[in-house]
Amino acid sequence: MSVVLITIVTLAGLGAIAAVILFLASKKFQVFEDPRIDEVEEALPAANCGGCGFPGCRAFAEALVKADDISSMNCPVGGADTMTAVAGILGKEAGDAKPQVAVLRCNGSCEHRPRLNNYQGAMSCAVAAALYGGETGCSYGCLGCGDCVAACKFDAMYMDEETGLPVIIEENCVACGACVEACPKDIIELRNIGPKSRRIFVSCVNKDKGAVAKKSCEVACIGCGKCEKECKFDAITIKDNLAYIDYDKCKLCRKCAPVCPTNSIHELNFPPRKSKVEKTEPEKEPVA
Amino acid sequence: MIVSPSPHVHSGDSVQKNMYGVLLALVPALAASVWFFGLGALIVTLTSVLACVLFEHLIQKFLLKKPSTIMDGSAAVTGLLLAFNLPTNIPLGLIIIGAAIAIGMGKMSFGGLGQNPFNPALVGRVFLLISFPVQMTSWPVPIAARGAYIDAVTGPTPLSVVKEGLSAGRPFSELTAEIPSYLNLFMGQMGGSAGEVAGVALLLGLLYMLIKKIVTWHIPVAVVGSIAVFTGVLHLSDPQAYASPLFHLLTGGVLLGAFFMATDYASSPMSKRGMLLYGAGIGIITVLIRIYGSYPEGVSFAILIMNAFTPLIDKYIKPKRFGEKPAVQKA
Amino acid sequence: MLKTFSLGGVHPAENKRSANSPVEVLPVPPVVSIPLAQHIGAPAQALVKKGDEVKVGQVIAQSAGFVSANIHSPVSGKVAKVDQVVDASGYRKAAIIINTEGDEWVEDIDRSAILVKEITASPEAIVKKIGEAGIVGLGGATFPAHVKLSPPPGKTCDVLIINGVECEPYLTSDHRLMLEKGEELLVGIRLLMTALHVKEAIIGIENNKPDAIAHMEKLASEYEGIRVQPLKVQYPQGGEKQLIDACMGRQVPSGKLPIEVGAVVHNVGTAYAVYEAVQKNKPLIERIVTVTGLSLARPANFLTRIGTPISALIEAAGGLPDDTGKIIGGGPMMGKALTSTEIPVTKGTSGVLLMPQPLASRKPVDPCIRCAKCVSVCPMGLSPYLLMPLAEKAIWDRAEEENVMDCIECGSCSFTCPSSRPLLDYIRLGKAKVGQIMRSRTANA
Repeated sequence: MSVVLITIVTLAGLGAIAAVILFLASKKFQVFEDPRIDEVEEALPAANCGGCGFPGCRAFAEALVKADDISSMNCPVGGADTMTAVAGILGKEAGDAKPQVAVLRCNGSCEHRPRLNNYQGAMSCAVAAALYGGETGCSYGCLGCGDCVAACKFDAMYMDEETGLPVIIEENCVACGACVEACPKDIIELRNIGPKSRRIFVSCVNKDKGAVAKKSCEVACIGCGKCEKECKFDAITIKDNLAYIDYDKCKLCRKCAPVCPTNSIHELNFPPRKSKVEKTEPEKEPVA
Repeated sequence: MIVSPSPHVHSGDSVQKNMYGVLLALVPALAASVWFFGLGALIVTLTSVLACVLFEHLIQKFLLKKPSTIMDGSAAVTGLLLAFNLPTNIPLGLIIIGAAIAIGMGKMSFGGLGQNPFNPALVGRVFLLISFPVQMTSWPVPIAARGAYIDAVTGPTPLSVVKEGLSAGRPFSELTAEIPSYLNLFMGQMGGSAGEVAGVALLLGLLYMLIKKIVTWHIPVAVVGSIAVFTGVLHLSDPQAYASPLFHLLTGGVLLGAFFMATDYASSPMSKRGMLLYGAGIGIITVLIRIYGSYPEGVSFAILIMNAFTPLIDKYIKPKRFGEKPAVQKA
Repeated sequence: MLKTFSLGGVHPAENKRSANSPVEVLPVPPVVSIPLAQHIGAPAQALVKKGDEVKVGQVIAQSAGFVSANIHSPVSGKVAKVDQVVDASGYRKAAIIINTEGDEWVEDIDRSAILVKEITASPEAIVKKIGEAGIVGLGGATFPAHVKLSPPPGKTCDVLIINGVECEPYLTSDHRLMLEKGEELLVGIRLLMTALHVKEAIIGIENNKPDAIAHMEKLASEYEGIRVQPLKVQYPQGGEKQLIDACMGRQVPSGKLPIEVGAVVHNVGTAYAVYEAVQKNKPLIERIVTVTGLSLARPANFLTRIGTPISALIEAAGGLPDDTGKIIGGGPMMGKALTSTEIPVTKGTSGVLLMPQPLASRKPVDPCIRCAKCVSVCPMGLSPYLLMPLAEKAIWDRAEEENVMDCIECGSCSFTCPSSRPLLDYIRLGKAKVGQIMRSRTANA
């Protein structure tokens, strides 16, 4: 009986001494931190994705507290709600960054862009890009090895086996930019989500001359300039045989898409056209 | 046309070739085992191999839901090596437990082939030794135990005779008369686990593996060398209180351990220098346990302890690089 | 006991099917495409435009920087256009396309077969002529030769090593050159020795070419300071660091060039091109290309004009075999898989290898079993099993610490791996990324 008592008392005593030592140490060695950093960190989504440009939410919180002007800083995962909350805590002005989403600017599927050889190297776009221009005649287009899918931490991408192209799941995409970094061909771009999730973009990054591009892929942009002429808002520019639509200037009037001779301009999430011109509607939101 | 980065040719080597090569290298030892221990050896070996292969297959197909890799031969190698580490009169149930521990805990729980930090067969063996010390330390007598299995006639091994004798204060020269001659020890005429007795058979196996480049000489030589040196120094200091190096090399699991257990790919270091250090460590710990520890045999423990050091060795000991030594000065 | 290099190495099957085929002159093709980037360094700048008439040996593109080279027309005719063609890099690059008309050469080129043994030019004049002739390393590295012959201040060269090793399986162009143009080769070596102010030259030749060793030893006995070093057959003995180690026992330190240990290495083909340039006024416009493969009807060695599409060589060697799975420009260990037969021969094309199925397909990848064979065979003493996952996971700082930049991309690791892991694919990626990081670090310093 006394052995048990001695044991209990000894262990309890040791525990108490350890607790006191820890308490004193935590007080003596405490690093002073602005308590607002903890508050701001609470308001952030804790995804630690790096989309804000900082290594983790804590680092972003520290930067937000330190900065005088936070209008240029944005958390793509939390979006405007989060930035407003943070601004409230710190008494600063939040910026009004528009919500964005990742967009794949290539439609060179197996159907549109014939495969001329069979790649058997390591399944990595970076490795394939270092080796050669890819399995098709277009050396700018998607290589299909899935570096972007592997980079996505939000389950917002998967590889469509039939087309050989990656698919972006809009609901899950937080525009962190990991896929943009991962793509060695700069095919993925972060663009404004747009009102009602509608957006228009040129689904091609081929800079070869028109005839060469068209030979490799039937839906390539040939740089003919018809879309540029059609646009009344100066949103389209042609450079290096490639058209580009500026997402800030684009008013979603839809005049450019029907005039493109190769169906290279894509309109996402619009209602079907009622016009007589039969235009194959490009892929809508894919099923996850 | 196929396009891929260089190189565009391959040596033809495969995991299968290496594993089946090890199995082939163990055939002389298997033959010796059956010769000395007969029925028991056959039963223990067959059970162990089948159990290991079956457990790997079941775990992969039903637990991990991945394709089964039993055809690569690595489970069979673990099974054979586990059998070689057991006495040939051990009950079936214990063998199956040992196989489950070896494959389930020693290999698959870490991620399968290439991921095991410890030698799976040794994990199984040491588990059995600690859990069932009586069954794991009764040794059938060679030749005499041939016809029987569970009730094979048992006797002491040379290692236990000498260890007990030396601790009782008897001189080594007196004890050598009670154990087989060195030549007989080398040929395998002694009690012990199924595969460890016949030094000559194990040596043949090592030579085969060296020629086929399945292992390199570094680990076997380092283990054997360090044991020889350590025990040699002790024996020279007092020839009657310490057994001779040749005795230590030929008895117990030194040769089996040095040639086949310590050389397991995933649990041994990746650089030549690292392998030499690892082998030396195994030798030193083996001798310490044999001389100062309470077990007569220390190889299994020594190898497992050094397995734990392998990641540390790999982190700090890197292979010799080209251009590391200063270039020869020009005239 | 034959000499060889001290670390690692493998011995792939030699398959030197064309070793006994004398060099044949391939007819001049009707159209040639001459890429402007056939060498390490800045691509040359075109001097001609559509419609210009050119002669063989006329300079059509000039060196565009310190590390760059001139390019000369290999045919006579009219420039069709300066356009983008797919070259061995797998991408479209700028090239000059010429429609051949006749075979008219620039006047002062000596086309006779008379051996010109006497050396009258000064060292500086020799280096200048080599530069003007557009000579680059013909072993495949294509480093501009005149730059290698101008050691930086403070570094001196005391030995010239001539690479007659040809360690890649299948390739035999260097072998045939040594057998057929041995004398000219030795004059070329003499010229290089003069340019470098060295008294000693060693010709390294692997032991699978006993006829070349005997022949060169006999010829070299007439030349003071030049000797032949027979070497044990081991890949990658032709890598310059390994060759210097094998011949001299000197190891070039990590990150440094051979001149650091007082050596300069040149391929036998380069030495021959030097002879032609200095003694015969002939710029680099053609080279010996081995066309080979297990299923090929007639493996051969062709003297080919630069810019010839490889389809012409394949036709002359008996046509593309039906079971061809891969077309390789170069040897099987370090050559590049090509996407079509229209790709032109360039200064660095040592061979065309047609690999049949099923050898052409890569094997399925298994997990690493930590056998350490890749470490055993790496000639630079690296740890490929570690470099691959570091590159896969983009851990560039650790990759740099593990000396990924020392890798010579020989392929011994991938060749050996029992799990057929794509080790070199990822290590190359690691080198590219770490190289980029290191360059931006010095740029921002």
